[in-house]
Amino acid sequence: MRSLFYVLTALSVIGLAFWAYHENYKTQEAQARAEHLQQQIGLERQRLRMLRAEWAYLNRPERLRDLAEINFDRLGLLPLQPYQFGKIDQVSYPEQEPLPITNPVDVINMEGHP
Amino acid sequence: MIRTPLRPLARILQARDRGENPDAIERENIRARHEEMRDRARTRAEGRLLVLGLFFLCAFAVIGGRMGVLANSEPSEPRTSVAGADILAQRADIVDRKGRILATNFETHSLYAQPQQMIEPERTADELVKIFPDLDRERLVKDFTGKRKFLWIKKKLSPEQKQAVHDIGEPGLLFGPREMRLYPNGKLAAHVLGGASFGREGVHSAEVIGVAGIEKFYDAQLRDPANGHEPLTLSLDLSVQAAVERVLFGGMKLMNAKGAAAIVMDVQTGELITLASLPDFDPNDRPRPPTKGNASDSPLFNRAVQGVYELGSTFKIFAVAQALELGLVNPETMVDTRGPLTWGRFRIRDFHDYGAQLTATKVIVKSSNIGTARIAQMIGAGRQQEFLKSLGFFDPTGVELVEAAGAKPLLPPKWSELSTMTISYGHGLSASPLHLASAYATIANGGHKVTPTLLRQPKGQLGPAVMSEQTAARSMAMLRKVVSEGTASLGDVQGYAVAGKTGTADKPKVNGRGYYEDRVIATFASAFPAHDPKYVLVVSLDEPVETSGDIPRRTAGWTAVPVAAEIIRRVAPLLGLRPEIEPGELAGITLTSN
Repeated sequence: MRSLFYVLTALSVIGLAFWAYHENYKTQEAQARAEHLQQQIGLERQRLRMLRAEWAYLNRPERLRDLAEINFDRLGLLPLQPYQFGKIDQVSYPEQEPLPITNPVDVINMEGHP
Repeated sequence: MIRTPLRPLARILQARDRGENPDAIERENIRARHEEMRDRARTRAEGRLLVLGLFFLCAFAVIGGRMGVLANSEPSEPRTSVAGADILAQRADIVDRKGRILATNFETHSLYAQPQQMIEPERTADELVKIFPDLDRERLVKDFTGKRKFLWIKKKLSPEQKQAVHDIGEPGLLFGPREMRLYPNGKLAAHVLGGASFGREGVHSAEVIGVAGIEKFYDAQLRDPANGHEPLTLSLDLSVQAAVERVLFGGMKLMNAKGAAAIVMDVQTGELITLASLPDFDPNDRPRPPTKGNASDSPLFNRAVQGVYELGSTFKIFAVAQALELGLVNPETMVDTRGPLTWGRFRIRDFHDYGAQLTATKVIVKSSNIGTARIAQMIGAGRQQEFLKSLGFFDPTGVELVEAAGAKPLLPPKWSELSTMTISYGHGLSASPLHLASAYATIANGGHKVTPTLLRQPKGQLGPAVMSEQTAARSMAMLRKVVSEGTASLGDVQGYAVAGKTGTADKPKVNGRGYYEDRVIATFASAFPAHDPKYVLVVSLDEPVETSGDIPRRTAGWTAVPVAAEIIRRVAPLLGLRPEIEPGELAGITLTSN
């Protein structure tokens, strides 16, 4: 009985050691992956910042103004002027056509009066 | 264990036979037993001490060894951390009120050399000079062949330059990563942003520190990684700032001025929508401060914030508003304007002779120095000081720029009655255009003190009341008349009911003795729309002269006002203000008191 217990204990120790060994390697692998991902995130962020900076640079008012001037004959862009504000009632809607009258009904009877 | 009996029978019997005391045997045995016990206890204690000593030795050895390892190993970041990726960008961005980038960071490289690793120093120097024409070949050769072990060649490289240097193929030339500050809009809002440069530098990285403007004011906050790189949101509006700078530059050239400043401020919150000062500079390549000449002529000088000038007649409205507030006058009260007004050796004159008397409104509309001085006499020095103090003319503006703290208004050393009179029309007290804008915002928002700010305010922040709403409304009505029928008639922008006051102040001579005849600071302080003021605009031109007529004209009405009108025409639609028809005044009915 006792020897069986010893054998089982030894086996379980070997098993646990094997498991721990595997876990250790898995952890290291996961850490390496996480590190790699962090690096990638860092690079992507850097890229994103670069693109944002580039976007801001391309959209700087000075450049847009020059572009608007160069392409004036095609776009006809001018600075916003006060008179360009409109009111909603200045917009003319298409006139609605009256519905066709199909069967008229007399509401006053002119003949019945004295 | 076998215990020896204390009284072994055989020995006792023998002893009795010999006539000895058998108790001696017992005592002898007890002694022997005690000795044995003592020896056992000692060995045990010694063993324990040894074990304990060994334990402590091991513990100290482990701690010491660990400390040694820690001290000698290269530091490395923890491998499992979530924050790792955030630490890359060192300095937070600066954005405008709509989130458009004003300042951001950019990855670049620096170039340094380790001459002892160089193979062909002379060829390297030749190639470097080809790439960077500003480098000195002789100097490079001297450095590369001399005793130096390390030298910086360029702090910032463009990718093309980096590739070109790489192509030299010299192992002694090395690159270090650098984060540099980029202002994508170039000169736009240069005086607000200030600029940045490198602080402590290493091969692997360098500190980016703010050197001026808001970059320096909020340096610690921008650098603090604990803020999570939350961008700093300013109150500036990029498109409005661009439009104002453009129009102001054109106006400055047309009016032959050597400098100009413009401020657009929200009257409710004190937010600065625009803060422009010309001439300006590129914060990406901030020039060095001038070592000689007048500092205020340098492009680095922020005229809107740092420039303290006598602002001239724009001050008149403060005297009249205070007199209205105190009940000394009402808009129709007649004020004596016979001139010149003599005070000791000093004479106060008007630009034209306005006759014997004018109403208080007309004093403002015609801009009569004599009339304002008479009103100031009614108010008195004490009350005038108090009022100007409550408008913020005694302290620096407190706007979030490092330069602002140094721009303290210049007050007369002794506030005599003559000072009271001259200050009432803007001479004798120097303040910055930003002070003036805050004070006009106070009149425009119904009498509440305004603290100018460059940060976006989520909601209104009206300060304590400086004057009553009625006084503010009456003052606004006077200012409106200045534009509709007075000195600033060129400033009338259809649909925006501009109200404002011109001011033309002679520049004091550099040696401090008197004033120049032909050099002025022309200022126009305005608010629009007059019936419901939303924004204050202050335009200031330094030494303008308008030469379209027979004689050169320098008054603000001919110089600053047309520029301001053009700014309002351009900027008001951008601010979302639609043109409105001004509500007319009812004929014959004027509110005189409540």
